Amino acid sequence: MAYSEQEILAGLAEIVSEETGLPTDSVSPEKSFTDDLDIDSLSMMTIVTLAEEKFSVRIPDDEVKNLTTVGDAVAYIVGAQS
Amino acid sequence: MTAPEVVITGLGATTPLGGDVRSTWAAALAGESGARTLDNDWAETYDIPVTFAARVRVDPAEVLSRPELKRMDPSAQYAIVALREAWADAGAPEVDPVRLGAVVSSGIGGIWTTLDAWDTLREKGARRVLPMTVPMLMPNSPAAYVELELGAQAGAHALVSACASGAEAIGYAADMIRTGRADVVVAGGTEAAIHPMPLAAFAASRTLSTRNDDPAGASRPYDVERDGFVLGEGAGIVVLESAEHARARGARVYARLAGVGLSADGYHITSPEPEGRGQVAAMRAALADAGVAPDDVAHVNAHATSTVVGDLIEARSVRAVLGDAADGVALSATKSMTGHLLGGAGAVETIFTVLALHERTAPPTINVSRPDPELALDLVRDTPRPLRDGQLAAINNSFGFGGHNVALVLSTA
Repeated sequence: MAYSEQEILAGLAEIVSEETGLPTDSVSPEKSFTDDLDIDSLSMMTIVTLAEEKFSVRIPDDEVKNLTTVGDAVAYIVGAQS
Repeated sequence: MTAPEVVITGLGATTPLGGDVRSTWAAALAGESGARTLDNDWAETYDIPVTFAARVRVDPAEVLSRPELKRMDPSAQYAIVALREAWADAGAPEVDPVRLGAVVSSGIGGIWTTLDAWDTLREKGARRVLPMTVPMLMPNSPAAYVELELGAQAGAHALVSACASGAEAIGYAADMIRTGRADVVVAGGTEAAIHPMPLAAFAASRTLSTRNDDPAGASRPYDVERDGFVLGEGAGIVVLESAEHARARGARVYARLAGVGLSADGYHITSPEPEGRGQVAAMRAALADAGVAPDDVAHVNAHATSTVVGDLIEARSVRAVLGDAADGVALSATKSMTGHLLGGAGAVETIFTVLALHERTAPPTINVSRPDPELALDLVRDTPRPLRDGQLAAINNSFGFGGHNVALVLSTA
């Protein structure tokens, strides 16, 4: 069963919130992981690992550097499901 | 030029007796036990012969944030809880970061993180192992998180010597100040090893008490029916400071850390050397370092873990070092109440020793129904005992698997 874009955003926001302590509603699609959410590379890899498990997808390391914003990650996961 | 004097200006702890120093000390003076039957199925699931332990009284989840909990092994969580208390207790000293150090030890390291990651790897594969695993399991992780919390730049160290680790950390911290590397050092020890694997492993070595029907009565140092130690957990952190630095900022001084003595048995991987040669050497070195005579020693916080052999070797060593002056010493074995905090023990017991001097009150030893007839020292039993007026010194002993011996001499401010 595929997750909807809304579900993925909500799930990703939860993961980011657990990792950073930021409220989930601050994790919106336009936010940059590094510039807005202050997420370092180790935290980013933690988020990727947890997102892979939660959404049953694979996000290769080569793709992670292209995921600048939360929206980029949501779009990637939507695509990776199908 | 003489070396700077070292004083203790802040105390912090989280232990099986309480979530901070005040509650821990109050429970110790009241003679409470921190040991409880474990509320899990480890004994049935794994056939572990010990069903109790001394867990921290306050879960760090109650005081740390979610992201902090997720990126720290419990051993580091306990250290951070204790650090925040100690730092605030010291009045959050203003100190140049390059003159501020951190020395925090653990005897076992991030065992929960290690074993959780191994479970994840076996059940789900390598892609599910979290990137923070190594920084959480490394034995210097608590020292590193303390260093990061304060921005300490004079050095961050994690000396590992099993159950002597916490005391060795404090001794090393004192040397950082005495050799001019730092003005303020936060130091101590932490442990979070109440996990079925170490519980099974300690039980396998036959060093744990199996008094399952009476957890609170299981840790009974010097009692004729002692049958091993009680696995405990928690952390203690102290703020050490050069006396000059403390004076300049008008800090409250609990006690002086007057002397540090270190030795190794060179004898056996777990058994203490039967004549107490190494223990005696450590205590003598600490007294000499402090310039303290046996007559000035009013109190000893013993390592005494409640093992059949170890307790008496230490008691004989104390007498060998102090001679007739041992008659005037109030001996306390606080592991009777806290259980054995392994790498945290030496630090929490340093705090007990500091408070004993500061409040001139030796904490009790509980569960001693019948003292071992071979114990030739004055054991403080059941209720606290006042210490005399005047300038006093005390010894805190800590010994560890591997034959590590650490004696710290503290004295009244």
